Amino acid sequence: MAIREPIFSHARIEKNGLLMLVLVLLTISIGGIVEIVPLFTIETTIERVQGVRPYTPLEQIGRNIYVREGCYTCHSQQIRPFRDEVERYGHYSLAAESLYDHPFQWGSKRTGPDLARVGGKYSNEWHVVHMSDPRAVVPESIMPPYAFLAARAVSQSDIADHLRALRAVGVPYSDEMIANAQADLRAQADPDADTGDLQKRYPKAMVANFDGNPQRLTEMDALIAYMQMLGTLVDFSAHGLEDLKQ
Amino acid sequence: MTIATIDAVPATRPVATYDEAVVRLFVVAAMFWGIVAFAAGVYIAFQLAFPALNLGLEYTSFGRLRPLHTSAAIFAFGGNALLGTSFYVVQRTCRAPLFGGWALSRFVFWGYQFFIVMAALGYVLGISQGREYAEPEWYVDLWLTLVWVAYLVVFLGTVLTRREPHIYVANWFYLAFIVTIAVLHIVNNLAMPVSLAGAKSYSAASGVQDALIQWWYGHNAVGFFLTAGFLGMMYYFVPKRADRPVYSYRLSIIHFWALIFLYIWAGPHHLHYTALPDWAQTLGMTFSIMLWVPSWGGMVNGIMTLSGAWDKLRTDPVLRFLVTSVAFYGMSTFEGPVMSIKAVNALSHYTDWTIGHVHSGALGWVAFISFGAVYDLVPKLWGRKELYSLRLVGWHYWIATLGIVLYITSMWVSGIMQGLMWRAYDHLGFLQYSFVETVAAMHPFYVIRGLGGVLFLLGALIMVYNLVRTVQGHERAEAPLARPRSPSGRTGALNPAE
Repeated sequence: MAIREPIFSHARIEKNGLLMLVLVLLTISIGGIVEIVPLFTIETTIERVQGVRPYTPLEQIGRNIYVREGCYTCHSQQIRPFRDEVERYGHYSLAAESLYDHPFQWGSKRTGPDLARVGGKYSNEWHVVHMSDPRAVVPESIMPPYAFLAARAVSQSDIADHLRALRAVGVPYSDEMIANAQADLRAQADPDADTGDLQKRYPKAMVANFDGNPQRLTEMDALIAYMQMLGTLVDFSAHGLEDLKQ
Repeated sequence: MTIATIDAVPATRPVATYDEAVVRLFVVAAMFWGIVAFAAGVYIAFQLAFPALNLGLEYTSFGRLRPLHTSAAIFAFGGNALLGTSFYVVQRTCRAPLFGGWALSRFVFWGYQFFIVMAALGYVLGISQGREYAEPEWYVDLWLTLVWVAYLVVFLGTVLTRREPHIYVANWFYLAFIVTIAVLHIVNNLAMPVSLAGAKSYSAASGVQDALIQWWYGHNAVGFFLTAGFLGMMYYFVPKRADRPVYSYRLSIIHFWALIFLYIWAGPHHLHYTALPDWAQTLGMTFSIMLWVPSWGGMVNGIMTLSGAWDKLRTDPVLRFLVTSVAFYGMSTFEGPVMSIKAVNALSHYTDWTIGHVHSGALGWVAFISFGAVYDLVPKLWGRKELYSLRLVGWHYWIATLGIVLYITSMWVSGIMQGLMWRAYDHLGFLQYSFVETVAAMHPFYVIRGLGGVLFLLGALIMVYNLVRTVQGHERAEAPLARPRSPSGRTGALNPAE
C-alpha cells in the first residue's frame, strides 16, 4: 500500500513566506477584534450617569500638563471596587467618568496615591505649596517638585485648535464653546470675571485664582484647576445601583 | 573606531554575500543604548529613594525620565538587538543576502536610530502621548511606521528570495514579531494632531476603549517585541552555541501558533477591577493563564536543546547567559499568569511587584539572551578567533545575576508589603496606614533595588570593555574556565560507561 500524503503538512507553510505572513496576521487578529470591537458596540459599557461633561479649556490644558509631566508614571486615576480603596479614595471609578479622556490616564502604578477623586480634597493653597515643594507639606513624600509651573504662562492663542481636535475625536464641544474658548480660559482663573456663561457651558466648573497670583495665567493655575475637578462631576447620591450597571 | 570602519565591507569578501556590516552597526548601537537604558534606570531608581535627585528641573524629573528609561531599554537596546540579530539570522538561515541591498538596510538602521533620538528628545522636553510604552507623539510614530515597513520589506524579501526550501523556525518568530508590532503600533497610535506644525495630538479613542486598546498594545509589546522576537534569537543562538539541534520540531510548531494566538488576548489583565467590563477582564485572565503552556513550550524547547551538551555550561559562560535567559523566561512566564489571576492581581496591581516582574523578564530574559547573542556574534562579525576574555564574561554573568536577584527580591518584598499595607485594617475597623506611611516603608527596598541596578550596569560596562578589546584584536592570556582534568582524564562527573 502506498504511503498517502498527509492532508495537511506544516511544511507547506514553512515553504511559503507569504502564506505564513497571512496566517500570522489572521492568528493575531482574532483576540483583538473579539475584545475591542464589542466595547464600541455594547451600549452598557458606559454607565448611564448624569454630570459628565467635556473639560473646560483651563482644565484641558491642566490635563495636558499632567500628561506632559508623566504624572501617570506614579499616580493612577482608577479606584477599584474594594473596601479599602473606596474608604481611602472614594466611590469606585466609572467608565463614564473618563468618557472624554483623550488619552485615558488610569495609570498602572501607585508610587503616589490614586488621584481619580482628588478634586476638592485639598485647598488650592495646599496644592500650590505641594507642587512647588512636596516635602514642605508631606515630609515623607518622594514626589519631584514642580515649582517651574508657577513661573510659566499658559499659551492661550491655540486653545480653540485644541478643542477642535478634541471635537474631531468625539468630544461634544459646541461651536459656542469653541468660539468662547479663550474667554472661558481666562475667566476660570479670575474670581472677578463674570462666569455665568462659563458655568452654563461647563456645570460645576471651579472658578478661582488657583495659583494665588492674579497677574498671570500660569500652568500652575491650569494643573490645579484640573486636579480640583477630578472625580467631582458625578453626583453619586442621585444614582442607584441600576444606573451603575455595565 | 568610527562608524565608517564598522560599516566597511571587508575587501576579501565579494559584495554580493551576506551584509554583516549592518549587523555590526546594530550590535554597536544595541550596546550603546543598553548602557544608556541601564544608567537611566539606575538614576530613576535612586530618584525614588532620594527625591533630591530630581534636581528641581523639569528635564530631569522622574515623570519625564521614566519613559526615557523604558523606551531606551525596550526599543533602543532591545530593538537594536532584535533588528541586528534578525538581519544576521535571516541571511544565514535563508542563505541569501539582505533583500533591498545596502541602501534599504542602511535606511532601516539610521531611520531607527533617528526614531530613538526623536523619541528621547521628546520625553525630556515634555512631548508625550501619555500612553505607556507608546509615548512618542504622532510625527515620531509616522516616521517609525515608515522605517518599520522598510524593515518588513528587507526581512520578508530575504525570506522570499531564500535558497533553502524551508523557512527556519527562528524566522517564524521574527516575522510574527515584525508583523504584529506593525499592527499594534498603527492602531494604538491613531490620533488627531492639534496642528500639523505642532507636536501635540489627542488619541482617537477615549476612556475605557482607549484603555483596552492601549493595554492590548502594551501587553503585546511584551508578547511580540520582548517575547516572540527574542524567541527568534533563542532559536538561532542556543542551538548554534550548544552545537545541538533544536530539541523538538513539533513542539516549536505547536508553541509558535499557540503563543501568537493566545498572547493577543491577554491585555485586559492590566485592567482588572477597573471600569473595563467584567467579561473583558475574565477573558483576558483566562487567556493569560492558558498562555503559560505555550510559553513553557518555548522554554522546554530552548533548555532541552542542551541535552547531551550540558557540560558546555562549565566551559562556556556565553552559553550560560543564553541558558539562564531561557530559565528566567520560564520563571517570568509562570509569574505572569499567576499575577493575571484576579485575586492575586487585586494585591499586586499598582505595586512594585509588577515592576519586579517586568524586570525579571527584561533583565533576566531579554537582556541576558541579547548579551549571549552579542558575545557570540562579535568575534564572528569582526573576524576574531575568540572573545578577549571568557573569564570577564563569567564575571559579567555573576555580577549581573546578583543584580537581578537583588532587584526582583526587593520588589517582591516591597510590592507585596505595600499591597498588604494598603488593605490593612486596625482592630477598630479603620484603615491602619495612611498612604504616605506605605511610601516611607518602601525606602530600604528602593535602595536595594538601586544597588541591584548598579550591579547590572557594572556588568554591562565589563561587557563593553571585553567587546572593545575583542574588536581591537586582543586576546587575554588566561587559564580556561573549567577546572583542570583529573589524572584519569575525567572531570569529576561519571562517564556513561561507569
